[in-house]
Amino acid sequence: MSKQADYNRIERNAAVRDKAKKAFTYFCLVIWALMVLFPFYWMILTSVKSYSTYNAEYIPKFYTLSPTLQNYYDAFTTVPLAKYFLNTLIFTVITTVLMIGVIVLAAFAFARLEFKGKNLVFTIFLSLMMIPNELVVITNFVTITDWGLRNTFLGLILPSVTSVFYIYLLKENFEQIPDSLYKAAKVDGTSDLRYLFKVMIPICRPTLVTVTILKVIECWNSYVWPRLITDDSAYFLVSNGIQEIRENGFGRENIPAMMAAVVVISVPLIILFLIFHKKIMEGVSRGGTKG
Amino acid sequence: MEVFLQDLTKKFPSRNRRVREDKIAVNHFTLKIPNGKLIGLLGPSGCGKSTALNMICGLEKPTEGRIFFNGEDITDLPPEHRGVGMVFQNYALYPHLTVEENIRFPLENLKGKDRLSKQEMHERVMAAAKLVQIEELMERKPSQMSGGQQQRVAIARALVKTPNVLLLDEPLSNLDARLRLQTREEIRRIQRETQVTTIFVTHDQEEAMSISDMIVVMKDGVLHQTGRPQEVYDDPVNLFVAQFLGTPPINTFSGSVRNGHLWIGEDDVMIISGVPDQEVHVGIRPEGFILQEDGPLCCDLIRVEVMGRDTSVVSNHPAAVSLTIRSIISSETQVDTTNPKVRFALKPAKTLLFSKETEERIRFEVK
Amino acid sequence: MKNNNWKGWLYLIPAILFLGIFMVYPLIDVFVYSFEEGYNSASQTFFGVGLYNYRYVLRDPYFLQALKNTFILVIITVPISTGLALLISVGLSSIKPLKELFQTIYFLPYVTNTLAVGLVFMILFNKTAYTDGMINLVIKWFGGQAVDFIHGPYWAKMFVLCFYTIWVVLPFKILILTSALASVNPQFYSAARVDGTSKGRIFWKITVPMISPMLFYLIITGFIGAFKVYSDAVAIFGTDLNQAGMNTIVGFIYDMLYGDSGGYPSYASAAAIILFAVVLTITCINLLVSKKHVYYE
Repeated sequence: MSKQADYNRIERNAAVRDKAKKAFTYFCLVIWALMVLFPFYWMILTSVKSYSTYNAEYIPKFYTLSPTLQNYYDAFTTVPLAKYFLNTLIFTVITTVLMIGVIVLAAFAFARLEFKGKNLVFTIFLSLMMIPNELVVITNFVTITDWGLRNTFLGLILPSVTSVFYIYLLKENFEQIPDSLYKAAKVDGTSDLRYLFKVMIPICRPTLVTVTILKVIECWNSYVWPRLITDDSAYFLVSNGIQEIRENGFGRENIPAMMAAVVVISVPLIILFLIFHKKIMEGVSRGGTKG
Repeated sequence: MEVFLQDLTKKFPSRNRRVREDKIAVNHFTLKIPNGKLIGLLGPSGCGKSTALNMICGLEKPTEGRIFFNGEDITDLPPEHRGVGMVFQNYALYPHLTVEENIRFPLENLKGKDRLSKQEMHERVMAAAKLVQIEELMERKPSQMSGGQQQRVAIARALVKTPNVLLLDEPLSNLDARLRLQTREEIRRIQRETQVTTIFVTHDQEEAMSISDMIVVMKDGVLHQTGRPQEVYDDPVNLFVAQFLGTPPINTFSGSVRNGHLWIGEDDVMIISGVPDQEVHVGIRPEGFILQEDGPLCCDLIRVEVMGRDTSVVSNHPAAVSLTIRSIISSETQVDTTNPKVRFALKPAKTLLFSKETEERIRFEVK
Repeated sequence: MKNNNWKGWLYLIPAILFLGIFMVYPLIDVFVYSFEEGYNSASQTFFGVGLYNYRYVLRDPYFLQALKNTFILVIITVPISTGLALLISVGLSSIKPLKELFQTIYFLPYVTNTLAVGLVFMILFNKTAYTDGMINLVIKWFGGQAVDFIHGPYWAKMFVLCFYTIWVVLPFKILILTSALASVNPQFYSAARVDGTSKGRIFWKITVPMISPMLFYLIITGFIGAFKVYSDAVAIFGTDLNQAGMNTIVGFIYDMLYGDSGGYPSYASAAAIILFAVVLTITCINLLVSKKHVYYE
């Protein structure tokens, strides 16, 4: 019977250890979740504190009893936040639409059409994936300046309408559509373009949606190129706008108003994320990288 | 090691939110497995046999019931303290380790007084490898081996720590037909040599029948019958067991018993006693037919397939439940293929009756 | 099928055009620039070919500062972020309830604007005449001394930058590792449990080798990404990174190109090529190491 008692002890120990481990895991996960969420909480909290309250708090408070929307009003009136917003929207929409067009055509050519030199071109495309942006940005800056496109939307948009990686992603997806479908369409006398729009694009819609969302995120957060190419605040995107606000906006000390601006420019993407979080995370894990 | 499963039940919470009821994978399962035997746990896929196996090895906790090894209750013991070896369906060989490292892996887990020296480990690994005859492959990675070889490695890994019970989960299902035959002989041999109590799960009745000392037939989590393979085949307790065992499968007819006569459709096939009048399922094994010109069972001949030793007569009968009736007769018997009708007499021992309502076996005597 | 020949090219024209102008040509051009001595962007003239630009950049104290900052940042953030991501992913994989909620929360920083959230971090860490700031409040709770993380000592500033960089890169790494962990066949764990393998041994002998390709992918991209840190630093310390002493190599390149000290595409090119060489070397070393230690199926 002593063996039985032994068993009981082993079993009890195992159960206790499991419970403790689980509790510890949850504890750690909650800690990190707080670390992630805290900046967001702080930004919203600060944005609803009035200027005077905020500056009166030598020791910052974790809550406020008199929330105000004044800062949001200021953010839109004292600095051209709405303008930045609109610029970013225009930039994002045009860039994304153009890019989708370009990559769909290229991916279709690589996936379905046969032509001389295809493999060579594709290999060159793939090798371009390894080129870091920093290497090419210098000449692009000079090119755009030479073309007189600084402080124009065209200058902002042109260098980012192709992505080798997305062409590759889409091509792989297109290739999964069975060849027989294409042959059947050919027999029926369907033109390539019609086949592309009526068959391939609908089938590959999930990938296209993923690519679109990733590109939108990238556009919305882009900072380096816009900063190089625009110095007229009429063409600032939100990232540059934030930097501008920080340096000369409300006066250095109006932090609640800054936070209101930060909230405003962060909200669209967060909403997009909350709606599409499954899709976005799936898309990113399939090979997105930041920026 | 004698394994005793007492009233074992496993319920899984329903995944479907609309259906609140739990899914019962194993239902009040009681079974005694004698020491040193090879047991085939047999049933259609999804019948709960893998769950039962997982409970024996400790990967799943039973909802109810107890498990005893040699009379000791080990129900709540974690798997590593049970002394079981398990071979998984896909072998679960660690792909980044060589064969030798894979087999050695369980030994390296031993701690305290059970700890082995490098030399002892090597000896044990080589002994296990020798048992399954893979000594030449020790440096290979699993991906460089055939399915059959991987299977052997998996068995060696399960045996290297000399378990009390060896569990095999569908060990042959990933092998091609020829290898399957060969490997099952191999399993039989290894079990004989090691004398370890072995339980293996399969959905292939032929496999189970050919190598087991005892088979256990399960369906929907319920144990239907246990016994030596031939016993279960000859004397099934219900229609399911009768239909599940045997290739080609048993032929079933709907029939009736009236005044001591067994009727299949319009044919009065046998005089029997001890059965009250009722509607019945009649099951006739393929080898239960005797070709006879004035035989009572009259069928429409479809075709005759000659397969060397045997001849298989494929026919049809209005009362048959299965699409065709397949009867196997000696190839020395000539079948008149010009006659559209074929007549059979039946061997009483190969003719089984089942209740129409409960599908339980009805035993009868022949006069 | 002959007419398909030109058709294929037709579909490719836009992509080739854009890539040619904005990737291939600049790639060649950047090397040309880097060897043209005394290039003047207004007159587009230069008076010599040679290594002068490289020599200049390598002697520029701002570049050396940027180089040092970048290396420190890389050495600190890559191991910590990868390790932390691994821990969090393992934690995430071991739970069932609330898993999806945690995953979603952890991914949030990925979709937010680096500049905007960086500003929040700046405020959290900042110490001004009016307030010691949030973080200093916490430090004081634990009996420490308030530090000015934004304008103060070098290590304080480096700490904030590393902290923020890790905060920004973790979502991607957690996501990749969580899906890598999920793709490990659970049968391996069952097999290991039946054999009585301890949790630690399961982790090091089974889990880590099985996810090692993804782990190395993250380490390699982590190195590349950390070498290119720029907007994180801008977000916290403002655009004049040289003055804050927190410039990075990429920051130096952009400053050379356009900024307070800008207008020197030749120097910028030389710096960019130096960066590229460094990154390439590190990546090659990584690949060599990974060949030895990573298990590929």
